[in-house]
Amino acid sequence: MTSATAEAPTMTQTWQPLCTKADLVPFSGVAAWIETTEGPAQVALFYLPGHATELYAVDHHDPFSDANVIARGIVGDVSGAPVVASPIYKQHFRLDDGQCLEDEAVRLRCWAVCFEGDRVMIQA
Amino acid sequence: MNTPQSELQRLIVIGNGMVGHHLVEQLIERGATEQYRVTVFGEERHRAYDRVHLSEYFGGRDAQFLAMCDADLYAEHGIELRLNEAVTALDRDAGEVVTEAGRYAYDRVVLATGSYPFVPPIPGNDRDNCLVYRTLDDLDAIRAAAETATTGVVVGGGLLGLEAANALRGLDLDTAVVEFAPRLMPMQVDTEGGELLREKIEALGVQVLTGRATQHIEDGQASFHRMVFQDDKVLETDLIVFSAGIRPRDELARDAALEMGERGGVVIDDRCLTSDPAILAIGEVALWNNSIFGLVAPGYQMAKAAADTLLGGELTFAGADMSTKLKLLGVDVGAIGDAHGNQNPGARMFRYLDEIKQEYRKLVVSSDGRKLLGAMLVGDNATYDTLMQYYSNGLELPEDPAALILPSTEGAPTLGADALPEGATICSCHNVTKGSICATLDAGATDLGAVKAETRASTGCGGCAALLKSVVDHELEARGVEVDRSICEHFAHTRQELYDIVRVEGIKTFGELIGKHGSPQTQGLGSSSAPKLGCDICKPAVASILASCFNEPITDAAHIPLQDTNDTFMANMQKNGTYSVVPRVAGGEITPDKLVVLGQVAQKYGLYTKITGGQRIDLFGAHLEELPDIWGELIAAGFETGHAYGKSLRTVKSCVGSTWCRYGVQDSVGMAIRLEHRYKGLRSPHKLKFAVSGCTRECAEAQSKDVGVIATEHGWNLYVCGNGGMRPRHAELFATDLDDEQLISTIDRLLMFYVRTADRLQRTSVWRENLEGGLDYLKEVVLEDSLGINDELEAQMQTVIDHYECEWAGALQDPEKLKRFRSFVNDARPDPDIIVTEERGQLRPA
Ligand code: SRM
Ligand SMILES: Cc1cc2nc3c(=O)[nH]c(=O)nc-3n(C[C@H](O)[C@H](O)[C@H](O)COP(=O)(O)OP(=O)(O)OC[C@H]3O[C@@H](n4cnc5c(N)ncnc54)[C@H](O)[C@@H]3O)c2cc1C
Ligand code: SF4
Ligand code: FES
Repeated sequence: MTSATAEAPTMTQTWQPLCTKADLVPFSGVAAWIETTEGPAQVALFYLPGHATELYAVDHHDPFSDANVIARGIVGDVSGAPVVASPIYKQHFRLDDGQCLEDEAVRLRCWAVCFEGDRVMIQA
Repeated sequence: MNTPQSELQRLIVIGNGMVGHHLVEQLIERGATEQYRVTVFGEERHRAYDRVHLSEYFGGRDAQFLAMCDADLYAEHGIELRLNEAVTALDRDAGEVVTEAGRYAYDRVVLATGSYPFVPPIPGNDRDNCLVYRTLDDLDAIRAAAETATTGVVVGGGLLGLEAANALRGLDLDTAVVEFAPRLMPMQVDTEGGELLREKIEALGVQVLTGRATQHIEDGQASFHRMVFQDDKVLETDLIVFSAGIRPRDELARDAALEMGERGGVVIDDRCLTSDPAILAIGEVALWNNSIFGLVAPGYQMAKAAADTLLGGELTFAGADMSTKLKLLGVDVGAIGDAHGNQNPGARMFRYLDEIKQEYRKLVVSSDGRKLLGAMLVGDNATYDTLMQYYSNGLELPEDPAALILPSTEGAPTLGADALPEGATICSCHNVTKGSICATLDAGATDLGAVKAETRASTGCGGCAALLKSVVDHELEARGVEVDRSICEHFAHTRQELYDIVRVEGIKTFGELIGKHGSPQTQGLGSSSAPKLGCDICKPAVASILASCFNEPITDAAHIPLQDTNDTFMANMQKNGTYSVVPRVAGGEITPDKLVVLGQVAQKYGLYTKITGGQRIDLFGAHLEELPDIWGELIAAGFETGHAYGKSLRTVKSCVGSTWCRYGVQDSVGMAIRLEHRYKGLRSPHKLKFAVSGCTRECAEAQSKDVGVIATEHGWNLYVCGNGGMRPRHAELFATDLDDEQLISTIDRLLMFYVRTADRLQRTSVWRENLEGGLDYLKEVVLEDSLGINDELEAQMQTVIDHYECEWAGALQDPEKLKRFRSFVNDARPDPDIIVTEERGQLRPA
């Protein structure tokens, strides 16, 4: 089981099933709904088969355009770190920690995700 | 700081031509408006324009394009520009300049009235359709007269006469040149050179009559005019253009009793002052050291000196070189210094004549064989830049000077940029030396553009462009600057190099390309065996390259992660995350039934509907998950994807043409539809727009498109590399009177050559402007197959065409592909954050 580093977990976070491996698109993203302690949220899931960290989950909401589109951005790497580029105004966000590379003050939320067999699990 | 207007000195500039304008620019640059209240009078109705490139007015450039500056430059600096107001007198006693509209007091005056074309005193020279070639209005008059003419004669076989002849030829007239002297261009070339020039020009279908003096002009029998020569021979023609030299427009100065030259021209000193120190003269009206300079570069130097004089400086005009390099009717002619070798007693000459290739070169060297005094070139100007540097910088000639003009064999001594001394003038229009270019680089400029912006080098006649580039490249290299053209951090290659790699190695996926050719530092993340990712720069670029080579569906699994969201979902993402849908409406022609379907689909899905600038209909506001259903309905009604999302052919705009329009001469709608279907789906470095007009009225605006086609009586004229958008550019005439098949094969090659060689996101206009060798080079490649690749280009286009399929039709057949069209993988409900509101009866983002 591989998982991404996430924000400091709160007491109540639990692992929940999200979707199956077949729902994912290799080297690209899909969006999904999750329940969090603060209510429902849209997450963008990225799947990088063969990489040390294969799965990432960050906010689907793009803070610059205020539209829910991050999962539809292009995945790439900038100076060795995996990133997604917003499809609207093209800012880059690091998948590890959600940090926006163009604006220090902006950061997407991140969640821990992993495979359990064919199921994709998320901690929220 | 600001002096009140009333205390400023009043400076009047008479003439708003090239040189008068350059003076104003100098004054602005040097802050002279703090000291002078400047008024400029121009007799023409146009503000200053580029007379050197006047002939391009016939090639589709308009007055706006040729203008030397933005319309509001003068006003922005408080300079009054009074166009269409000729100065009729210079009243020195009153200190006033007089026009029909009034009298204007001056403290200083600059005469920049240029010259007028000399019309020989031949009886009948004032008949209708006897014209000259100097101003935009002259060209309008020639164009109007040419409409009813079939033949034209240019009187005068000098530089401007040949240029006028080319223009007449371009207006589809049977053209002849009549020259009084025994050869063409008597000022620049000798007998051998003149003979060669004649042969070349006659081969172009222009009749050349030398040694002919016209006695009078009378009514013709078959044509409008009949010209009668000294030997009673006659020549009939509909239109005559006089181009028998220029004369200074010095009438104001003459009437004001300023000192004049014996054969005209206002006498000036080194500081451009006339005999009245309140009055200066510059440009073609000025006579310095008994010479008139009929070229723009010396005029600019005078303008510089005059500005300095007005500001109390010491800069002087020290004469100028009259060397010229031209392409007349497609024939290179160059003359450097003492080209005839008759000004330097004891000079020795070398000549080279190649009757097969029709090239003639002559060197005039000092008696000791060390210095170049002059040179003459006909048929090939390749050696001009090198010779010019030897000449103007007084460089020592090589052991065997003849090697400089012999056909280039191994080791022919070309003068590299490094061999030039610091003081070498690179751009004579703006007097930029190699030293000042180096200084700009040392001050931080890092590329050619910055050097041009800083020094203005190569922004005048443009003749120095190639030399400037080689100097800048060389100096950058010498400073250890590697001109990095890598596409991004993942590939140390340009787009063109990647394209060649893909084709040569037959690479079909991004993974394979980055695996084999990615930058070494681009190691997989975390583990070295992991595939490399690329980024949002290289991925779409490579996707486009793969598509233009193999045209596999972009929705195939291997290509999906490469695409921008628009290509992934085959629709254009809008600001709220919804998409727009633009079905193809080839040529803008649409049946009522299809229109009804568009309306019904828009109604059913609540889509905002708008007619686009590309003659089709855009449906906005579709949710991701609705796209397959919407396209299902559209495809069932016979629509196909419009590629509004792709870097590919958008639309081929058309006008109704001969089908309906009383002026149409060809079926423009039919051709537009044919072209649109042929090239739809071709992925290219940037989007492509075409248009086809049914006659010269040009209702489809073809001259603003990447590919523009205009119908003629005999077929089609093809225009290329136009652009609307951020930086509009008129398309250039590329080929004329093509039949349908020629038109298509020419476009095939042109597009594939663009696809091969352009940078990512480079429209054809920018590509063309950056293409070394310019339009001529492009013509050589595409029309004359100079690279021998045309068969390949056509075959490649055929591959793309053969592999076309409507991406939407393909995706709808494939459940795997359709899986992507879900807003959420674990919930079928739409995104609740997309909120719309109603406006003018339609929905729009709230
Ligand atoms: C829909 C339309 C405006 C309209 O309501 O009429 C439009 C809409 C867009 N244009 Fe355009 N352009 C549209 C006609 C034009 C035209 C006019 C024409 O084609 O006759 C031009 C100028 C002509 C030209 O391109 O030379 C035009 C010059 C641009 C440019 C500037 C290109 C340039 O080279 O300077 C961009 C930006 C770019 O491509 O980088 C652009 C980009 C865009 C984008 C894609 C901007 C974006 O990234 O969101 C717009 C989204 C379209 C969508 O979501 O569907 N659009 N755009 C027109 C679609 C025509 C069609 O049927 O396909
Ligand atoms: C077709 C053509 C091609 C050329 N090609 C080249 C080339 O390749 N290289 C090169 O170096 N040179 C070339 N030249 C020459 C170049 O254009 C001139 O040297 C240059 O324009 C001279 O500038 P000027 O300001 O002195 O005169 P102009 O540009 O002629 O400007 C003078 C202006 O003053 C106006 N004027 C005159 N009298 C009055 C008055 N009383 N009141 C108000 N306004 C007045 C005129 O209407 C005119 O607009 C070419 C010229 C032509 C016509
Ligand atoms: S002009 Fe600008 S705002 Fe209007 S459609 Fe084109 S890109 Fe969009
Ligand atoms: S020499 Fe004319 S622009 Fe440089």
